[in-house]
Amino acid sequence: MNPGSKCRVCRQPAIIDLPRHNANFCAEHFVELCKRQVAKAIDHWHLLTREDRILVAVSGGKDSLAVWDLLAELGYAADGLYVGLGIGDYSDVSAEYARGFARARGLHLVEVNLRGEYGYDIPTAARATRRVPCSACGLSKRHLFDKAALDGGYTALVTGHNLDDEAAVLLGNTLRWEIDYLARQLPLLPARDGFPKKVKPLVRLTERETAAWCVVRGIDYLVDECPMAVGNKHLQYKATLNQMETESPGSKASFYLNFVERMAPMLAGRLADDRGALGSCAECGAPTSGDVCAFCRLVATASAHERVPVELLTKGKR
Amino acid sequence: MQVHLRNPTRVVEVAGRRKVHALLTELGLNRESHLVIRNGTLVPGDGELDADDEIEIRPVISGGAT
Repeated sequence: MNPGSKCRVCRQPAIIDLPRHNANFCAEHFVELCKRQVAKAIDHWHLLTREDRILVAVSGGKDSLAVWDLLAELGYAADGLYVGLGIGDYSDVSAEYARGFARARGLHLVEVNLRGEYGYDIPTAARATRRVPCSACGLSKRHLFDKAALDGGYTALVTGHNLDDEAAVLLGNTLRWEIDYLARQLPLLPARDGFPKKVKPLVRLTERETAAWCVVRGIDYLVDECPMAVGNKHLQYKATLNQMETESPGSKASFYLNFVERMAPMLAGRLADDRGALGSCAECGAPTSGDVCAFCRLVATASAHERVPVELLTKGKR
Repeated sequence: MQVHLRNPTRVVEVAGRRKVHALLTELGLNRESHLVIRNGTLVPGDGELDADDEIEIRPVISGGAT
């Protein structure tokens, strides 16, 4: 062990260096740092109350399992929600990680299966709609997360979006000046007619930190990336931001957190406009600006399409 | 040392001792996007890796854009 690498707090051997904090930490004090960052996010943005009934969207990856674990550490009881997306072996394995985590901690995991309950999977939806897989995946998850939260009587839907996720989305939205998307890019979206409160308690932690949390806490998670996400724009934005972060530690945090503090309030009017009158989907009753919501249109298109194996869409991607 | 990598999964041999940062640089990997793990324990950037160590370099980037 390098004698120069000491925990900033206790001077014991460090296990991680965090350049953005200009410090190294041992396992014990790294855990304390992460808990403090999440508690700070919850308190500062009023993300959760002790009375909330919490549902955590769980993928079997590091972020969602870390946020479930961190909430438990901070005294917030929460159930998990796993959506089976039908992305071949990747989905089978990810489900096992989500179930294993819940089982080991005696937590309740709600499961929804796209193919079983809606007659399609993500590879088939991507081919049927001729759009990138992440588009159909995001649309499906957003709808099913909302539905599960409302059906189950939960008052808060938690996702594992971390600082890197938010900074990358912010970069993409800024490059295109997507003002309406920017206005919504907040750690807290309050509940409104037909939508549960949505919160992102991990926005003060980078994904290197959430991954390290899992290693330190002994959480087994699916390390491999979704085979359908390889090469997408989101990953390109993350790579760009990480190059900047390496040269100038703290860049990602100042980019996103200062956006939330300084820029987002200036866009609040756009968020209010966006919340104009929504009707109800003629098929499922979910809030929508049209007659039939985007999810029900996706179900109709994708479930009528011949099943497409994931290998057909990922061949030669990696 | 034996270094286990992903995307694609492979093992590479690196001769001699290295600091973690030096190893990542040598392999062309961004330090912000990876963790270095030895025997289940994280090793910080200026941690010294021995020639006979078995190392996992774990990417931490997730790609979902939602």
